[in-house]
Amino acid sequence: MKFDTSGLESAAPVWGAPSELVDGFSAAPSFEVPNTTDFDGFQKEAIQMVKPAKGTTTLAFIFKEGVIVAADSRASMGGYISSQSVKKIIEINPYMLGTMAGGAADCQFWHRNLGIKCRLHELANKRRISVTGASKLLANILYSYRGMGLSVGTMIAGWDETGPGLYYVDSEGGRLKGMRFSVGSGSPYAYGVLDNGYRYDMSVEEAAELARRAIYHATFRDGASGGVASVYFVGPSGWKKLSGDDVGELHYQYYPVMPSTVEQEMVEAAGA
Amino acid sequence: MARYDRAITVFSPDGHLFQVEYALEAVRKGNAAVGVRGTDIVVLGVEKKSAAKLQDSRSVRKIVNLDDHIALACAGLKADARVLINRARIECQSHRLTVEDPVTVEYITRYIAGLQQKYTQSGGVRPFGLSTLIVGFDPYSGVPSLYQTDPSGTFSAWKANATGRNSNSIREFLEKNYKETSGQETIKLAIRALLEVVESGGKNIEVAVMTKEGLRQLDEAEIDAIAAEIEAEKEAVEAAKKAPPKEK
Repeated sequence: MKFDTSGLESAAPVWGAPSELVDGFSAAPSFEVPNTTDFDGFQKEAIQMVKPAKGTTTLAFIFKEGVIVAADSRASMGGYISSQSVKKIIEINPYMLGTMAGGAADCQFWHRNLGIKCRLHELANKRRISVTGASKLLANILYSYRGMGLSVGTMIAGWDETGPGLYYVDSEGGRLKGMRFSVGSGSPYAYGVLDNGYRYDMSVEEAAELARRAIYHATFRDGASGGVASVYFVGPSGWKKLSGDDVGELHYQYYPVMPSTVEQEMVEAAGA
Repeated sequence: MARYDRAITVFSPDGHLFQVEYALEAVRKGNAAVGVRGTDIVVLGVEKKSAAKLQDSRSVRKIVNLDDHIALACAGLKADARVLINRARIECQSHRLTVEDPVTVEYITRYIAGLQQKYTQSGGVRPFGLSTLIVGFDPYSGVPSLYQTDPSGTFSAWKANATGRNSNSIREFLEKNYKETSGQETIKLAIRALLEVVESGGKNIEVAVMTKEGLRQLDEAEIDAIAAEIEAEKEAVEAAKKAPPKEK
Protein backbone atom coordinates (compact mmCIF):
# COMPACT_ATOMS: atom_id res chain seq x y z
CA MET A 1 0.00 0.00 0.00
CA LYS A 2 1.20 3.49 -0.80
CA PHE A 3 2.36 5.43 2.25
CA ASP A 4 0.09 8.45 2.55
CA THR A 5 2.03 11.54 3.60
CA SER A 6 -0.59 14.13 2.62
CA GLY A 7 -1.26 14.89 6.28
CA LEU A 8 2.38 15.68 6.85
CA GLU A 9 2.80 18.16 4.01
CA SER A 10 2.24 21.86 4.58
CA ALA A 11 -0.52 23.64 2.67
CA ALA A 12 1.83 25.70 0.46
CA PRO A 13 3.57 23.93 -2.42
CA VAL A 14 7.28 23.51 -1.76
CA TRP A 15 10.21 24.16 -4.08
CA GLY A 16 11.82 20.97 -5.32
CA ALA A 17 11.59 17.69 -3.44
CA PRO A 18 9.97 18.01 -0.03
CA SER A 19 12.15 16.59 2.68
CA GLU A 20 11.24 15.81 6.31
CA LEU A 21 14.18 17.85 7.57
CA VAL A 22 13.20 21.14 5.91
CA ASP A 23 9.54 20.91 6.87
CA GLY A 24 10.12 23.72 9.28
CA PHE A 25 10.64 26.29 6.53
CA SER A 26 7.60 27.80 4.82
CA ALA A 27 7.98 28.42 1.09
CA ALA A 28 6.26 31.11 -0.95
CA PRO A 29 4.00 30.05 -3.80
CA SER A 30 5.64 30.16 -7.22
CA PHE A 31 4.39 30.40 -10.80
CA GLU A 32 5.66 29.02 -14.06
CA VAL A 33 8.31 30.77 -16.11
CA PRO A 34 6.95 32.35 -19.36
CA ASN A 35 7.62 30.58 -22.66
CA THR A 36 10.15 32.74 -24.49
CA THR A 37 13.32 32.08 -26.43
CA ASP A 38 15.22 34.80 -24.61
CA PHE A 39 14.18 34.72 -20.95
CA ASP A 40 16.89 37.10 -19.70
CA GLY A 41 15.98 39.70 -22.31
CA PHE A 42 12.32 39.27 -21.47
CA GLN A 43 13.11 39.81 -17.81
CA LYS A 44 15.04 42.99 -18.56
CA GLU A 45 12.17 44.30 -20.70
CA ALA A 46 9.68 43.57 -17.96
CA ILE A 47 11.79 45.44 -15.42
CA GLN A 48 12.21 48.39 -17.79
CA MET A 49 8.44 48.57 -18.26
CA VAL A 50 7.86 49.26 -14.58
CA LYS A 51 10.94 51.43 -14.04
CA PRO A 52 9.33 54.85 -14.77
CA ALA A 53 6.81 54.13 -12.02
CA LYS A 54 9.49 54.74 -9.39
CA GLY A 55 8.90 58.41 -10.03
CA THR A 56 8.43 59.52 -6.48
CA THR A 57 10.16 60.95 -3.45
CA THR A 58 9.88 59.27 -0.09
CA LEU A 59 12.08 59.67 2.94
CA ALA A 60 12.34 58.55 6.54
CA PHE A 61 14.80 59.18 9.34
CA ILE A 62 15.29 58.33 13.00
CA PHE A 63 16.00 61.08 15.51
CA LYS A 64 15.86 61.57 19.25
CA GLU A 65 12.07 61.56 19.58
CA GLY A 66 11.26 58.80 17.08
CA VAL A 67 10.90 58.40 13.34
CA ILE A 68 9.73 60.90 10.71
CA VAL A 69 8.27 59.52 7.50
CA ALA A 70 7.46 61.80 4.56
CA ALA A 71 6.46 61.41 0.91
CA ASP A 72 5.06 63.26 -2.10
CA SER A 73 1.83 62.22 -3.81
CA ARG A 74 2.38 62.32 -7.55
CA ALA A 75 1.90 59.35 -9.87
CA SER A 76 3.29 59.69 -13.37
CA MET A 77 3.07 57.58 -16.52
CA GLY A 78 5.95 58.77 -18.64
CA GLY A 79 5.31 62.51 -19.10
CA TYR A 80 1.67 62.34 -18.03
CA ILE A 81 0.76 63.08 -14.43
CA SER A 82 -1.87 60.49 -13.70
CA SER A 83 -2.60 61.59 -10.15
CA GLN A 84 -1.59 64.29 -7.68
CA SER A 85 -3.20 62.64 -4.69
CA VAL A 86 -1.69 59.19 -4.21
CA LYS A 87 -1.28 57.93 -0.65
CA LYS A 88 2.34 56.85 -0.56
CA ILE A 89 2.58 56.29 3.16
CA ILE A 90 0.81 53.07 4.00
CA GLU A 91 -0.44 52.37 7.51
CA ILE A 92 0.52 48.76 8.20
CA ASN A 93 -0.76 48.90 11.77
CA PRO A 94 -1.08 51.56 14.47
CA TYR A 95 2.65 51.57 15.21
CA MET A 96 4.19 50.79 11.82
CA LEU A 97 4.29 52.65 8.52
CA GLY A 98 5.49 51.67 5.06
CA THR A 99 6.38 53.95 2.16
CA MET A 100 5.52 53.33 -1.46
CA ALA A 101 8.00 53.62 -4.30
CA GLY A 102 7.90 51.58 -7.48
CA GLY A 103 4.82 49.72 -8.59
CA ALA A 104 1.82 51.12 -6.72
CA ALA A 105 -0.11 47.85 -6.86
CA ASP A 106 2.86 45.82 -5.68
CA CYS A 107 3.52 48.14 -2.75
CA GLN A 108 -0.10 48.36 -1.67
CA PHE A 109 -0.73 44.62 -1.92
CA TRP A 110 2.41 43.50 -0.13
CA HIS A 111 2.08 46.09 2.61
CA ARG A 112 -1.46 44.94 3.26
CA ASN A 113 -0.22 41.35 3.25
CA LEU A 114 2.48 42.34 5.72
CA GLY A 115 -0.19 43.91 7.92
CA ILE A 116 -2.06 40.61 7.95
CA LYS A 117 1.10 38.71 8.88
CA CYS A 118 1.88 41.18 11.67
CA ARG A 119 -1.61 40.77 13.12
CA LEU A 120 -1.39 36.96 12.95
CA HIS A 121 1.95 37.13 14.76
CA GLU A 122 0.34 39.25 17.48
CA LEU A 123 -2.54 36.82 17.91
CA ALA A 124 -0.30 33.74 18.00
CA ASN A 125 2.44 35.12 20.23
CA LYS A 126 0.47 37.59 22.38
CA ARG A 127 3.02 40.31 21.65
CA ARG A 128 3.58 42.84 18.88
CA ILE A 129 6.00 41.96 16.14
CA SER A 130 9.23 43.96 16.09
CA VAL A 131 10.13 46.28 13.21
CA THR A 132 13.06 43.94 12.57
CA GLY A 133 10.74 40.97 12.29
CA ALA A 134 8.17 42.73 10.11
CA SER A 135 10.80 44.03 7.68
CA LYS A 136 12.38 40.57 7.54
CA LEU A 137 9.02 38.96 6.69
CA LEU A 138 8.54 41.39 3.82
CA ALA A 139 12.13 41.03 2.62
CA ASN A 140 11.85 37.23 2.58
CA ILE A 141 8.68 37.39 0.48
CA LEU A 142 10.20 39.87 -1.98
CA TYR A 143 13.35 37.77 -2.22
CA SER A 144 11.34 34.70 -3.16
CA TYR A 145 9.78 36.69 -6.04
CA ARG A 146 13.16 37.97 -7.15
CA GLY A 147 13.48 38.30 -10.92
CA MET A 148 9.73 37.99 -11.48
CA GLY A 149 9.14 41.68 -12.10
CA LEU A 150 7.96 43.00 -8.75
CA SER A 151 8.91 46.64 -8.25
CA VAL A 152 8.98 47.66 -4.62
CA GLY A 153 11.27 50.15 -2.91
CA THR A 154 9.88 50.61 0.55
CA MET A 155 10.89 51.76 3.98
CA ILE A 156 9.39 50.10 7.05
CA ALA A 157 9.34 52.51 9.96
CA GLY A 158 7.96 51.80 13.38
CA TRP A 159 8.33 51.81 17.11
CA ASP A 160 8.81 48.58 19.08
CA GLU A 161 10.21 47.45 22.43
CA THR A 162 13.74 48.31 21.39
CA GLY A 163 12.75 51.84 20.37
CA PRO A 164 12.47 53.39 16.90
CA GLY A 165 13.21 51.14 13.91
CA LEU A 166 13.80 51.92 10.24
CA TYR A 167 14.54 49.44 7.48
CA TYR A 168 14.82 49.82 3.71
CA VAL A 169 13.46 46.81 1.79
CA ASP A 170 13.36 46.39 -1.98
CA SER A 171 12.20 43.99 -4.62
CA GLU A 172 15.75 42.86 -5.37
CA GLY A 173 15.54 41.22 -1.96
CA GLY A 174 17.76 43.75 -0.22
CA ARG A 175 17.13 44.83 3.34
CA LEU A 176 19.11 47.53 5.12
CA LYS A 177 18.90 48.92 8.63
CA GLY A 178 19.64 52.61 8.89
CA MET A 179 19.02 56.03 10.38
CA ARG A 180 18.20 57.97 7.19
CA PHE A 181 16.79 56.81 3.87
CA SER A 182 15.27 58.42 0.81
CA VAL A 183 13.82 56.41 -2.05
CA GLY A 184 12.64 57.40 -5.54
CA SER A 185 13.57 59.57 -8.50
CA GLY A 186 13.56 62.66 -6.30
CA SER A 187 15.75 61.10 -3.61
CA PRO A 188 19.05 62.78 -4.62
CA TYR A 189 17.45 66.20 -4.11
CA ALA A 190 15.82 65.14 -0.88
CA TYR A 191 19.12 63.71 0.43
CA GLY A 192 20.78 67.05 -0.27
CA VAL A 193 18.45 68.92 2.04
CA LEU A 194 18.05 66.09 4.54
CA ASP A 195 21.73 65.32 5.03
CA ASN A 196 22.53 69.01 5.32
CA GLY A 197 19.94 69.83 7.95
CA TYR A 198 19.90 66.58 9.98
CA ARG A 199 20.76 66.55 13.66
CA TYR A 200 19.91 63.70 16.05
CA ASP A 201 18.71 66.15 18.73
CA MET A 202 15.81 67.80 16.99
CA SER A 203 12.35 68.47 18.29
CA VAL A 204 9.40 66.88 16.52
CA GLU A 205 8.51 70.22 14.86
CA GLU A 206 12.07 70.80 13.65
CA ALA A 207 12.30 67.27 12.27
CA ALA A 208 8.93 67.58 10.53
CA GLU A 209 9.95 70.86 8.97
CA LEU A 210 13.22 69.32 7.74
CA ALA A 211 11.29 66.46 6.14
CA ARG A 212 8.77 68.84 4.59
CA ARG A 213 11.54 70.98 3.17
CA ALA A 214 13.36 67.98 1.75
CA ILE A 215 10.23 66.71 -0.03
CA TYR A 216 9.47 70.19 -1.30
CA HIS A 217 12.92 70.59 -2.83
CA ALA A 218 12.68 67.19 -4.48
CA THR A 219 9.33 68.06 -6.02
CA PHE A 220 10.78 71.37 -7.21
CA ARG A 221 13.54 69.73 -9.23
CA ASP A 222 12.14 66.31 -10.09
CA GLY A 223 9.32 66.24 -12.61
CA ALA A 224 8.08 62.88 -11.43
CA SER A 225 7.46 64.13 -7.87
CA GLY A 226 4.85 66.60 -6.72
CA GLY A 227 1.38 67.03 -5.32
CA VAL A 228 1.14 67.02 -1.53
CA ALA A 229 4.01 66.62 0.92
CA SER A 230 2.76 64.37 3.75
CA VAL A 231 4.69 64.12 6.99
CA TYR A 232 4.10 61.44 9.63
CA PHE A 233 5.70 60.96 13.04
CA VAL A 234 6.12 57.56 14.73
CA GLY A 235 6.59 57.69 18.49
CA PRO A 236 6.16 55.37 21.48
CA SER A 237 2.37 55.52 21.21
CA GLY A 238 2.24 54.85 17.46
CA TRP A 239 2.15 56.96 14.33
CA LYS A 240 0.45 60.32 13.82
CA LYS A 241 0.02 62.33 10.64
CA LEU A 242 1.54 65.74 11.22
CA SER A 243 0.85 67.60 7.97
CA GLY A 244 -0.10 67.39 4.31
CA ASP A 245 0.84 70.52 2.42
CA ASP A 246 0.49 71.24 -1.28
CA VAL A 247 4.02 71.79 -2.57
CA GLY A 248 2.92 74.70 -4.73
CA GLU A 249 1.76 76.55 -1.62
CA LEU A 250 4.92 75.51 0.23
CA HIS A 251 6.95 77.14 -2.53
CA TYR A 252 5.41 80.55 -1.92
CA GLN A 253 5.73 80.08 1.82
CA TYR A 254 9.45 79.49 1.50
CA TYR A 255 10.02 81.98 -1.32
CA PRO A 256 7.35 84.66 -1.10
CA VAL A 257 7.03 86.93 -4.11
CA MET A 258 8.92 90.20 -3.59
CA PRO A 259 8.25 92.97 -6.05
CA SER A 260 11.54 93.90 -7.81
CA THR A 261 12.82 97.52 -7.54
CA VAL A 262 11.55 98.44 -11.06
CA GLU A 263 8.09 97.14 -10.34
CA GLN A 264 8.09 98.88 -6.95
CA GLU A 265 8.85 102.26 -8.58
CA MET A 266 6.12 101.71 -11.15
CA VAL A 267 3.58 101.06 -8.38
CA GLU A 268 4.70 104.19 -6.53
CA ALA A 269 4.60 106.25 -9.72
CA ALA A 270 1.09 105.02 -10.50
CA GLY A 271 0.00 105.96 -6.99
CA ALA A 272 1.54 109.41 -7.09
CA MET B 1 -7.77 6.56 -7.57
CA ALA B 2 -5.59 7.46 -4.61
CA ARG B 3 -5.67 4.73 -2.05
CA TYR B 4 -5.85 6.08 1.47
CA ASP B 5 -3.74 4.09 3.85
CA ARG B 6 -5.86 2.87 6.69
CA ALA B 7 -5.77 5.60 9.30
CA ILE B 8 -4.35 4.35 12.56
CA THR B 9 -5.79 6.98 14.86
CA VAL B 10 -9.57 6.88 14.63
CA PHE B 11 -12.32 7.53 17.15
CA SER B 12 -13.82 4.72 19.17
CA PRO B 13 -17.61 4.63 19.58
CA ASP B 14 -17.34 6.27 22.99
CA GLY B 15 -15.16 9.13 21.81
CA HIS B 16 -11.67 7.86 22.68
CA LEU B 17 -8.59 7.95 20.51
CA PHE B 18 -7.10 4.64 21.55
CA GLN B 19 -3.80 5.13 19.77
CA VAL B 20 -3.23 8.33 21.71
CA GLU B 21 -4.13 6.59 24.96
CA TYR B 22 -1.78 3.73 24.15
CA ALA B 23 0.91 6.31 23.48
CA LEU B 24 0.28 7.73 26.95
CA GLU B 25 0.82 4.17 28.27
CA ALA B 26 4.20 4.15 26.56
CA VAL B 27 4.96 7.41 28.33
CA ARG B 28 3.94 5.92 31.66
CA LYS B 29 6.49 3.16 31.14
CA GLY B 30 9.28 5.60 30.35
CA ASN B 31 11.77 6.90 32.87
CA ALA B 32 10.65 9.52 35.37
CA ALA B 33 11.27 13.16 34.55
CA VAL B 34 10.58 16.15 36.76
CA GLY B 35 10.66 19.90 36.19
CA VAL B 36 10.51 22.66 38.80
CA ARG B 37 10.28 26.38 38.15
CA GLY B 38 11.85 28.92 40.50
CA THR B 39 11.93 32.69 40.39
CA ASP B 40 15.28 32.90 38.60
CA ILE B 41 15.95 29.32 37.58
CA VAL B 42 14.26 26.21 36.13
CA VAL B 43 15.45 22.72 36.98
CA LEU B 44 15.01 19.48 35.04
CA GLY B 45 15.72 16.09 36.53
CA VAL B 46 15.54 12.73 34.80
CA GLU B 47 15.87 9.17 36.12
CA LYS B 48 18.86 7.43 34.63
CA LYS B 49 18.89 3.67 34.39
CA SER B 50 22.22 2.31 35.56
CA ALA B 51 24.56 2.40 32.58
CA ALA B 52 25.80 -0.82 31.11
CA LYS B 53 29.49 -1.26 31.89
CA LEU B 54 30.64 -0.94 28.30
CA GLN B 55 28.36 1.96 27.40
CA ASP B 56 29.76 5.44 27.07
CA SER B 57 27.36 7.31 29.33
CA ARG B 58 28.18 10.64 27.73
CA SER B 59 26.32 9.62 24.57
CA VAL B 60 23.07 9.10 26.46
CA ARG B 61 22.22 12.63 27.48
CA LYS B 62 18.57 12.80 28.45
CA ILE B 63 18.28 16.55 28.89
CA VAL B 64 19.01 18.38 25.65
CA ASN B 65 19.28 21.93 24.37
CA LEU B 66 16.83 23.19 21.77
CA ASP B 67 18.51 26.59 21.64
CA ASP B 68 20.78 28.60 23.93
CA HIS B 69 17.93 29.49 26.22
CA ILE B 70 15.62 26.46 25.93
CA ALA B 71 16.05 22.87 27.11
CA LEU B 72 13.92 19.75 26.91
CA ALA B 73 13.56 16.49 28.81
CA CYS B 74 11.15 13.73 27.94
CA ALA B 75 9.66 10.43 28.98
CA GLY B 76 8.71 7.71 26.54
CA LEU B 77 10.11 6.41 23.27
CA LYS B 78 13.60 7.82 22.95
CA ALA B 79 13.79 7.30 19.20
CA ASP B 80 10.64 9.37 18.68
CA ALA B 81 12.23 11.98 20.94
CA ARG B 82 15.25 12.30 18.68
CA VAL B 83 13.06 13.07 15.65
CA LEU B 84 10.94 15.60 17.54
CA ILE B 85 13.99 17.30 19.03
CA ASN B 86 15.62 17.66 15.60
CA ARG B 87 12.49 19.25 14.15
CA ALA B 88 12.24 21.61 17.14
CA ARG B 89 15.90 22.62 16.80
CA ILE B 90 15.39 23.42 13.12
CA GLU B 91 12.31 25.46 13.97
CA CYS B 92 14.25 27.45 16.58
CA GLN B 93 16.83 28.42 13.97
CA SER B 94 14.23 29.00 11.28
CA HIS B 95 12.44 31.42 13.58
CA ARG B 96 15.73 33.26 14.23
CA LEU B 97 16.20 33.52 10.48
CA THR B 98 12.76 34.79 9.55
CA VAL B 99 12.19 37.29 12.35
CA GLU B 100 15.74 37.85 13.66
CA ASP B 101 14.65 36.98 17.19
CA PRO B 102 15.00 33.87 19.39
CA VAL B 103 11.85 31.81 20.01
CA THR B 104 9.89 32.17 23.20
CA VAL B 105 9.38 29.03 25.28
CA GLU B 106 5.66 29.18 24.55
CA TYR B 107 6.25 29.37 20.79
CA ILE B 108 8.45 26.31 20.56
CA THR B 109 6.17 24.38 22.94
CA ARG B 110 3.24 25.25 20.68
CA TYR B 111 5.25 24.06 17.69
CA ILE B 112 6.16 20.73 19.27
CA ALA B 113 2.60 20.19 20.50
CA GLY B 114 1.31 21.05 17.01
CA LEU B 115 3.65 18.47 15.54
CA GLN B 116 2.49 15.84 18.01
CA GLN B 117 -1.15 16.65 17.15
CA LYS B 118 -0.50 16.42 13.40
CA TYR B 119 0.52 12.82 13.82
CA THR B 120 -2.77 12.01 15.56
CA GLN B 121 -4.75 13.23 12.56
CA SER B 122 -2.90 11.76 9.60
CA GLY B 123 -3.22 8.54 7.68
CA GLY B 124 -0.72 5.78 8.07
CA VAL B 125 1.22 7.21 10.99
CA ARG B 126 1.15 6.66 14.71
CA PRO B 127 1.40 9.33 17.40
CA PHE B 128 4.76 10.19 18.99
CA GLY B 129 5.14 8.08 22.13
CA LEU B 130 6.51 10.74 24.42
CA SER B 131 5.65 13.59 26.73
CA THR B 132 8.09 16.47 26.97
CA LEU B 133 9.03 18.94 29.67
CA ILE B 134 10.27 22.15 28.09
CA VAL B 135 12.04 24.80 30.14
CA GLY B 136 13.59 28.11 29.31
CA PHE B 137 13.73 31.84 29.75
CA ASP B 138 11.71 34.27 27.69
CA PRO B 139 14.32 36.20 25.68
CA TYR B 140 12.50 39.52 26.16
CA SER B 141 11.07 39.51 29.66
CA GLY B 142 13.62 37.15 31.25
CA VAL B 143 10.79 35.22 32.94
CA PRO B 144 11.46 31.48 33.46
CA SER B 145 8.87 28.98 32.18
CA LEU B 146 8.10 25.28 32.35
CA TYR B 147 5.76 23.66 29.84
CA GLN B 148 4.59 20.11 29.27
CA THR B 149 3.33 18.49 26.07
CA ASP B 150 1.84 15.04 25.61
CA PRO B 151 1.11 12.62 22.71
CA SER B 152 -2.33 14.11 22.13
CA GLY B 153 -0.77 17.45 21.32
CA THR B 154 -2.02 19.44 24.29
CA PHE B 155 0.32 21.67 26.23
CA SER B 156 0.20 23.86 29.30
CA ALA B 157 2.48 25.80 31.60
CA TRP B 158 3.35 24.48 35.05
CA LYS B 159 5.04 25.63 38.24
CA ALA B 160 6.26 22.07 38.71
CA ASN B 161 5.38 18.80 37.01
CA ALA B 162 6.50 15.26 36.45
CA THR B 163 6.01 12.71 33.70
CA GLY B 164 6.96 9.13 33.02
CA ARG B 165 7.18 6.33 35.58
CA ASN B 166 5.53 7.06 38.94
CA SER B 167 4.75 10.58 37.86
CA ASN B 168 1.60 10.61 40.00
CA SER B 169 3.56 10.12 43.22
CA ILE B 170 6.07 12.76 42.23
CA ARG B 171 3.31 15.18 41.39
CA GLU B 172 1.61 14.49 44.73
CA PHE B 173 4.88 15.20 46.50
CA LEU B 174 5.31 18.43 44.56
CA GLU B 175 1.76 19.54 45.30
CA LYS B 176 2.42 19.08 49.00
CA ASN B 177 5.86 20.62 49.08
CA TYR B 178 6.01 23.21 46.32
CA LYS B 179 6.68 26.81 47.18
CA GLU B 180 8.30 29.69 45.28
CA THR B 181 12.03 29.14 45.56
CA SER B 182 15.14 30.35 43.84
CA GLY B 183 18.61 29.10 43.03
CA GLN B 184 19.87 26.19 45.10
CA GLU B 185 16.53 25.69 46.88
CA THR B 186 14.82 24.95 43.56
CA ILE B 187 17.48 22.41 42.63
CA LYS B 188 17.03 20.70 46.00
CA LEU B 189 13.27 20.57 45.58
CA ALA B 190 13.58 18.97 42.15
CA ILE B 191 16.04 16.35 43.37
CA ARG B 192 13.93 15.63 46.47
CA ALA B 193 10.92 15.05 44.23
CA LEU B 194 12.86 12.71 41.96
CA LEU B 195 14.35 10.81 44.90
CA GLU B 196 10.82 9.87 46.01
CA VAL B 197 10.74 7.30 43.24
CA VAL B 198 14.37 6.77 42.29
CA GLU B 199 17.14 5.05 44.21
CA SER B 200 19.33 7.62 45.85
CA GLY B 201 22.64 8.53 44.28
CA GLY B 202 24.18 10.68 41.58
CA LYS B 203 24.52 7.63 39.34
CA ASN B 204 20.78 7.28 38.95
CA ILE B 205 19.64 10.77 38.17
CA GLU B 206 20.59 13.39 35.63
CA VAL B 207 19.95 17.00 36.62
CA ALA B 208 20.29 20.14 34.53
CA VAL B 209 19.73 23.73 35.52
CA MET B 210 18.58 26.53 33.20
CA THR B 211 19.45 30.07 34.21
CA LYS B 212 19.55 33.30 32.25
CA GLU B 213 23.09 32.38 31.27
CA GLY B 214 22.14 29.05 29.77
CA LEU B 215 21.92 25.35 30.52
CA ARG B 216 24.26 23.70 32.99
CA GLN B 217 24.40 19.95 33.56
CA LEU B 218 25.17 19.04 37.15
CA ASP B 219 27.92 16.47 37.50
CA GLU B 220 27.65 13.34 39.63
CA ALA B 221 29.60 14.75 42.55
CA GLU B 222 27.33 17.78 42.84
CA ILE B 223 24.20 15.64 42.71
CA ASP B 224 25.61 13.28 45.33
CA ALA B 225 26.38 16.22 47.59
CA ILE B 226 22.85 17.61 47.31
CA ALA B 227 21.34 14.13 47.78
CA ALA B 228 23.44 13.73 50.93
CA GLU B 229 22.19 17.13 52.18
CA ILE B 230 18.62 15.99 51.58
CA GLU B 231 19.23 12.71 53.44
CA ALA B 232 20.71 14.60 56.40
CA GLU B 233 17.73 16.96 56.49
CA LYS B 234 15.31 14.01 56.39
CA GLU B 235 17.11 12.35 59.30
CA ALA B 236 17.05 15.56 61.29
CA VAL B 237 13.30 15.80 60.80
CA GLU B 238 12.87 12.15 61.86
CA ALA B 239 15.00 12.71 64.96
CA ALA B 240 13.04 15.83 65.89
CA LYS B 241 9.81 13.84 65.61
CA LYS B 242 11.10 11.19 68.01
CA ALA B 243 12.64 13.58 70.51
CA PRO B 244 9.67 15.59 71.91
CA PRO B 245 7.72 12.56 73.31
CA LYS B 246 10.81 11.60 75.35
CA GLU B 247 11.06 15.06 76.85
CA LYS B 248 7.53 14.79 78.14
